[in-house]
Amino acid sequence: MDFATLIQILDSTVRLATPLLFACLAGLFSERAGVFDIGLEGKMLAAAFLSAAVAAVTGSVWLGVLAGIFASLLLSGIHGLASITFRGNQLISGVAINFLASGLTVLLGQKWFGLGGRTPPLTDGGRFEPITLPFADAIAPLPFIGPIYAELISGHSILVYLAIACVPASAWVLYRTRFGLRLRAVGENPAAVDTAGVSVIGIRYAAIAICGVLCGLAGAYLALGLAAGFGKEMTAGRGFIALAALIFAKWRPWYALGATMLFGFLEAVGNRFPSIDLGLFAIPSQFVQALPYIITVVILAGFIGKAKPPRAGGEPYVKER
Amino acid sequence: MSTMPKWADAVLVPLISLVIAFVISGLVILAIGEDPIAAMKLMITGALGSTYGWGYTLYYSTNFIFTGLAVSVAFQAGLFNIGGEGQASLGGLGVALACLFVPWPHWSLALIGAATMAALFGAAWAAIPAYLQAKRGSHVVITTIMFNYIAAALMIYVLVTVLRPTGAMDTASARFDDSLKLPRLGDILGLVGIPFNNRNPANISLLIALVACVGVWLLMWRTRLGYQLRAFGKSEKASVYAGINPVRITMYAMLISGGLSGMMAINTVMGEANRLLLNSVEGAGFIGIAVALMGRSHPVGVLLAAILFGFLYQGGAELALWTTIPRELIIVIQALVILFTGAMDNMVRKPVESLFLMLRKGKA
Repeated sequence: MDFATLIQILDSTVRLATPLLFACLAGLFSERAGVFDIGLEGKMLAAAFLSAAVAAVTGSVWLGVLAGIFASLLLSGIHGLASITFRGNQLISGVAINFLASGLTVLLGQKWFGLGGRTPPLTDGGRFEPITLPFADAIAPLPFIGPIYAELISGHSILVYLAIACVPASAWVLYRTRFGLRLRAVGENPAAVDTAGVSVIGIRYAAIAICGVLCGLAGAYLALGLAAGFGKEMTAGRGFIALAALIFAKWRPWYALGATMLFGFLEAVGNRFPSIDLGLFAIPSQFVQALPYIITVVILAGFIGKAKPPRAGGEPYVKER
Repeated sequence: MSTMPKWADAVLVPLISLVIAFVISGLVILAIGEDPIAAMKLMITGALGSTYGWGYTLYYSTNFIFTGLAVSVAFQAGLFNIGGEGQASLGGLGVALACLFVPWPHWSLALIGAATMAALFGAAWAAIPAYLQAKRGSHVVITTIMFNYIAAALMIYVLVTVLRPTGAMDTASARFDDSLKLPRLGDILGLVGIPFNNRNPANISLLIALVACVGVWLLMWRTRLGYQLRAFGKSEKASVYAGINPVRITMYAMLISGGLSGMMAINTVMGEANRLLLNSVEGAGFIGIAVALMGRSHPVGVLLAAILFGFLYQGGAELALWTTIPRELIIVIQALVILFTGAMDNMVRKPVESLFLMLRKGKA
């Protein structure tokens, strides 16, 4: 593999990792506050659909993003209602949300556009254009550094840079603000937070709202950045890969960046090579595709570093037992 | 705990939740510009108006009985097995291997062999998440989700590179021998003189599914293991204190659950397609979750819920054929059923409970 190919693979790694990173950080906020969220997939799908639909109709990419965030927030609201207010099972609620998104996107898409669930392909202005960073053209001819800067770092859409900026921002919010401290405390010991006079319900709703916004961005990027429009089931399990990345990252923002980049890299490699010939035997591409899931199971099994979830995760909070 | 009579808990609450789910589904149909009443009529005539329709309804129901029972058994033991999809596709692989590579003298022996292989393969696919939950404390929900995706990749690999006959275009195994075709429900009912359409895929697997219902009931309520499973599900701490081994119970619950999921494949792979297709499960593993929730994890409830979902599935196919309503309507209904009978259970339960409390105070 030569240097140019490597740059190309890394370039698509960054692009493929972006929706995973958004969704992974979304799950991080929710789960750190003690609300398990296996509905990331559904929220991304709903956001991808509505953002593509609105962008196709209005021709404005930013209205599309807003619509995507709205769709995702709506599903977050259902998740909150079921799992926080009515103290239902968070996992079952997540499953319901995934199906709701999967069915409604096709139903509404067929009604609005009649294209069998797809949205019309987006043209100029309806999708994100790559941004050329300053001096990219000037540096490009330089050996080694040129391609890295001009192709790998420059030339992505704005959401890619936003996703990466979200990592330090999330870390700052979680570890350096009062809200972050409370959010983490709600995920570990909600009774203590309640005793301190802070609303557990309020913090948890705030956490799933942040989760909704980030999932909305993930979905919007899929439909408006990575692709040019919405296709049926276009998330294709990315919500669950993000969930896997979250566990791999041990519920920490900076690790999340590493985990999603690794899983993005695996996807990029899987897309590029049908099978990887190692001389003695060939690794089928299906194995590479399944690798994120296999890695997650191995991590969960605790053989390589124990992943410990927030202690109060999955349990609805009942005041005054 | 006993603020409500048993019947209210077992029948009234799920029924109200179901009605809410259906009303919202009706609103969804209205929102996409179709008439919900006409849609309902079309679904009923399409799915239940003829023995042909009934045949398809029962064919789908058979799948959902198996996957619903699978989810129920795990639920009873306090485990959420979300991996029915993967376990059922592995079950399909088991059936295909049994049918392709063993020269069975008769379909009945082949059926026993294939069902055993299906259950074994399904159970094996549930075994690793079960072991990790029992021994290493890794959450079974996450691991079974991961195993669904690993199963999907594995099945693509097996069908593309191993089982696909050389030169064949579609990703599917070779056809099974014609002598292994299972008797259709029409043939069986014809023997006892009931006229039943024969151009539908309902087959003898339905009877096996019914036997499985009885078997699960006997297991859960008439054996020591069943008692231990239920006790473990009610309170892990109390059951461990009572001398129940948590590792053993977790393993048993998941192995039985995986085995039941896997057995679904005799209906689809052996009963209908006669070869292993890619994605032969078609979401039935997930519908099992809705069926188990609606059926309150009881075999009788699961049976009724499975027939309801069979009706929805066949009715939905008819809708997609005759109207502009896509098949995905069923996924929305399924989501709403899971949401209201599962996650939002308290929304219905609490008001009903206070209603009964009020009635009782009035009497006293």
